Amino acid sequence: MPVDYLKETPSQTGGPYVHIGCLPSFAGLNLRTQDKPHILAGGGVPGERIRIEGVVWDGSGHPLRDVMLELWQADSTGAYNAPGFRGWGRVGADAETGLWAFETVRPGATPWIDGRPQAPHCSLLLFARGINIHLHTRIYFDDRADANAADPALLSIELVHRRQTLIATRQAEGQGGPDVPTFRFDVHLQGARETVFFDC
Amino acid sequence: MSNDTGEFVRRDRAWHPPAFTPQYKTSVLRSPGKALVSLRQSVGERAGPVFGHGDLDPLDNDLIRNYITTGEEAMGERIIVHGRVVDEMGRPVRGSLVEVWQANAGGRYRHRHDRYMAPLDPNFGGCGRCVTDDDGRYFFRTIKPGPYPWMNHNSDWRPSHIHFSLFGNAFAQRLVTQMYFEGDPLIARCPIIGTIPDKAAVDMLVAKLDMGEMVPFDSLVYRFDLVLRGRRSTFFENRPEGN
Ligand SMILES: [Fe+2]
Repeated sequence: MPVDYLKETPSQTGGPYVHIGCLPSFAGLNLRTQDKPHILAGGGVPGERIRIEGVVWDGSGHPLRDVMLELWQADSTGAYNAPGFRGWGRVGADAETGLWAFETVRPGATPWIDGRPQAPHCSLLLFARGINIHLHTRIYFDDRADANAADPALLSIELVHRRQTLIATRQAEGQGGPDVPTFRFDVHLQGARETVFFDC
Repeated sequence: MSNDTGEFVRRDRAWHPPAFTPQYKTSVLRSPGKALVSLRQSVGERAGPVFGHGDLDPLDNDLIRNYITTGEEAMGERIIVHGRVVDEMGRPVRGSLVEVWQANAGGRYRHRHDRYMAPLDPNFGGCGRCVTDDDGRYFFRTIKPGPYPWMNHNSDWRPSHIHFSLFGNAFAQRLVTQMYFEGDPLIARCPIIGTIPDKAAVDMLVAKLDMGEMVPFDSLVYRFDLVLRGRRSTFFENRPEGN
């Protein structure tokens, strides 16, 4: 017999106006106009500065121009909730192009449940109109191929070719300039290139 | 409190709305077609960003007053929404950021993409937030949002609702949802609420009029409790071996 727990409150879509509550100045409100939550790491945070950018694509190949994304990551040493680095950021896709970008530091390796190292990665959540419960994926980095090849979470994805959907690709020359590597991470909600989403 | 690093009980995906819900048309092209991949929770999923009162502005939980531009308070039915955030084992969820957003009394959002004919209220922004206390309690003051039409099956109508975003204390507890109002006849007709399979789950989203807490000659009060995922007990630690 199952033991009775309380049931979790059910999810509902964030809707098209999710920005009002989560990114008010982006929505057009004269509120928290100084906030820049897409910048996770200010100048004083140690680590290699990186930029992660991409577009979320729907099943017909159109960009999601109203999606909100949240990034969650360890600091450059692999510590979550490290002093001076919350490790959390939020961004709204560009209303014309659907492009979004985070400015942060490259995360360090973090332990898997059995102590093995996980390859450096960021967790990414997607919220949007038409998404009934937020989608959860991870961003790995293509210039850490050896670590990725041994990453327990990536290895737990049975279909080997789908692991690639979680690997961001380093751009030759990005908007961050020569000193700030830019990684491209496109999310495909459906189709042959559908991104792996997790249930955790 | 039990240990604060344990793994969370699995999410009951059959209780939440599925991704693909054709009656809510936008979901058709935005729902993953493949099964979700099960992921064991490691340190990043068991921890989460920490927010505190230092992140808040003094009027963040007072939507009647936090967007005043002409000297008047926001227009509409004055209400206070309060409740308790607990986990699946009934333990209070402390220090959780709670973000809310909503339309004004006429059903219009202050958003550059909302073109509904109802006028904006110059004194209402529709954005608020607060942090749960040691008992998991939160409250904010606002006006009751109006229903509004939206393009789905031609003009469907959203019941009055307030959007909620909660962080809990861990990434795995993250939840975005919507609160509705007891007695609203539009609840049964809403395609977005209709994405939730179980009537008992819908009932969890309906705030109850709380006349005992009513503020005389000022505000009605609605009670809205929320449940986030809970950590299971760690009777035996995971042994360090393969996945
Ligand atoms: Fe809404």
